[in-house]
Amino acid sequence: MIKETEKHTMTGSKILLESLIKENVDTIFGYPGGAVLNIYDELLNYKDKIRHILVRHEQGAAHAADGYARASGKVGVVLVTSGPGATNTVTGIATAYMDSIPMVILTGQVPTNLIGNDAFQEADIVGITRPCTKHNYIIKDVKDLAMTIKEAFYVASTGRPGPVLIDIPKDITSSVCTFEYPETVELRSYNPTYFGHHVQILKVISELLKAEKPLLYIGGGVILSNAAAELKEFAELLDLPVASTLMGLGGFPSDHPLFFGMLGMHGTYTANMAISNADFVVAIGARFDDRVTGKIDVFARNAKFAHIDIDPSSIGKNVKIDIPVVGDVKAVLNSMLELLASKLNEAASSRQKRMKWLEELNNWQYEHPLSYKMGDVIKPQYLVEKIYELTKGEAIISTEVGQNQMWAAQFYKFKNPRSLLTSGGLGTMGYGFPAAIGAQIACPDKTVFDIAGDGSIQMNIQELATAVQYNLPVKIAIVNNNFLGMIRQWQELFYAKRYSFSELNVSPDFVKLAEAYGAVGLRAKKPEEVEDVLKTALSIKKPVIMDFVVAREEGVYPMVPPGVPISGMLLV
Amino acid sequence: MEKSHILSILVENESGVLARVAGLFSARGFNIETICVAGTVEKKESKMIISTFGDEQILEQITKQLNRLINVIKVQELTDEESVVRQTILVRVNADESTKNEIFRIKDIFGARIIDAGRNTYIIEATGSEKKIDSLIEILKPLGIKDIAKTGQIAMQRSRKQA
Repeated sequence: MIKETEKHTMTGSKILLESLIKENVDTIFGYPGGAVLNIYDELLNYKDKIRHILVRHEQGAAHAADGYARASGKVGVVLVTSGPGATNTVTGIATAYMDSIPMVILTGQVPTNLIGNDAFQEADIVGITRPCTKHNYIIKDVKDLAMTIKEAFYVASTGRPGPVLIDIPKDITSSVCTFEYPETVELRSYNPTYFGHHVQILKVISELLKAEKPLLYIGGGVILSNAAAELKEFAELLDLPVASTLMGLGGFPSDHPLFFGMLGMHGTYTANMAISNADFVVAIGARFDDRVTGKIDVFARNAKFAHIDIDPSSIGKNVKIDIPVVGDVKAVLNSMLELLASKLNEAASSRQKRMKWLEELNNWQYEHPLSYKMGDVIKPQYLVEKIYELTKGEAIISTEVGQNQMWAAQFYKFKNPRSLLTSGGLGTMGYGFPAAIGAQIACPDKTVFDIAGDGSIQMNIQELATAVQYNLPVKIAIVNNNFLGMIRQWQELFYAKRYSFSELNVSPDFVKLAEAYGAVGLRAKKPEEVEDVLKTALSIKKPVIMDFVVAREEGVYPMVPPGVPISGMLLV
Repeated sequence: MEKSHILSILVENESGVLARVAGLFSARGFNIETICVAGTVEKKESKMIISTFGDEQILEQITKQLNRLINVIKVQELTDEESVVRQTILVRVNADESTKNEIFRIKDIFGARIIDAGRNTYIIEATGSEKKIDSLIEILKPLGIKDIAKTGQIAMQRSRKQA
């Protein structure tokens, strides 16, 4: 009897790692410290089962886990120490929270008897991250550890996904108890709705069949629920035009004839005109962000709205919705496809009704395509187009934030879901490079590009050491204009060209910097050098930094000025 | 239309749950006018009664956002018509020879009680609607209020009158 019990007795550290294995975790991103020494010691025994990626800053760990999650669809896992280790992850957690990315963050904490004592490296990380996690926990008893991990993974990955943090005091990691991983979770107060209400779904279909100017407004929810195939079938069945948010890019093939580009502040002319003139808009896994709607009280004022979203609080938050459908995007699209299977005749006749509308959209697209002018200097748009060409649209692209992000979104034609990793909600500079590292680890056979700015790349440049250490062939294309380009653009347009602190007068020599880290550095100063540099970079199986010296004062257009309806775009 | 609303929020009785709810209100710019938290019959549950202010759309957002919190079990609006709403107050007032009679008279009118009597002050306890409590305070003010403690509003849905 006694022997039997002993067999299953483990330390908290071992319970933690065994639990992670039960959750199919094979990769974690982390950085050791005092409060997690017990866990790290045990981690050496698990070398063959769990791959630990040692980052160079805890923020890098959080973004890398986020990129890993976005690229793979799995839960990204972070392990850091207490105090500064934990607080350094906060930006990464908030980034994931805004974009609904499933992550579990494990933070060390001072021993339970010291909590609240202002102990060395103590921070109330549960308090700090309460508003930027989907949920968080502090473990007070080793017996709760396994169940909490089970719950955390369940909460992070179901419903509207999000980051979940577990704070683990040091004494818990050395305490022992029997280990038995729970088979199921029961959370009385958490029951996401997956299947949309039948009546509501019928209403959406009947409106769609009637609509003359319908539009599907898709967002990140399409990607999170792995619904790209269903969406394509649905759009094709009814000939529905599609416009996407930044987060939805890749959820519908960008080269598809029914795709009309990105919506919002830097959206295409066609997408913004389409939503402004539509008579019926179906929002699918999108949340009517202010960057999409522009001046909200005149947003799509001719349209009736249906909204499909797994999070009821997203529905009706910014815009009044006529037909709310609470449910998982994939499940709801499947129900709609099933219902439409018996209405194929009606579907065919409804397609007729919108031939004129599609013609109108195609005309807009013909009249006002995304465009730029070539010159003697490298245009950032040209660079992104070249990256697209040379990777055949099959790369995973991460971005930083600002102009680089918008040009990537506009000029790379995303074909596949999970191929754009970008901080859409929080807008975190410094996100792209560590996210690319996470994506490269999740997808070792893919080409991964970080399209960066000279400003934002410096916010997590230390991760170059991580990329070199693990021999990750991530390609960093720096759109180098010696400016915080998007800030400069706003100052040009709205502050009479008063460039207040937006010029980066001093930056490192990025080629030498790459070499100093043991990576490869390349540079292009002229348009004709771009292709060669990209080809060289793609042929090197190492991390490569490419410094593209671009037109300094190029702007991102179209642009909807703040407080203006989205049909009021500035076109170049 | 903007007006006061009373929400009854059943939550799991876990550490931090009050911070989660209160934090949500402040982070999203919602108001808390009064808040009252205590246990229920079930050990694992607590109930929060929060009175807040806003229009229907804001109320809908508050309700939905509260439901997003993992520890929130149930959120219910308690409307004036269908609920009983009460507040309890303790007031310490000056009680010298000149005011004692007046205090006794007011106490009777309001169905209040004197629960503590000192040399110069009394503590009055009263329960009632917000309106009643407010008018009690107004009437006691001239006598000299030394201290005040309110519970905030608590409320419960009325029982059904018909089968």
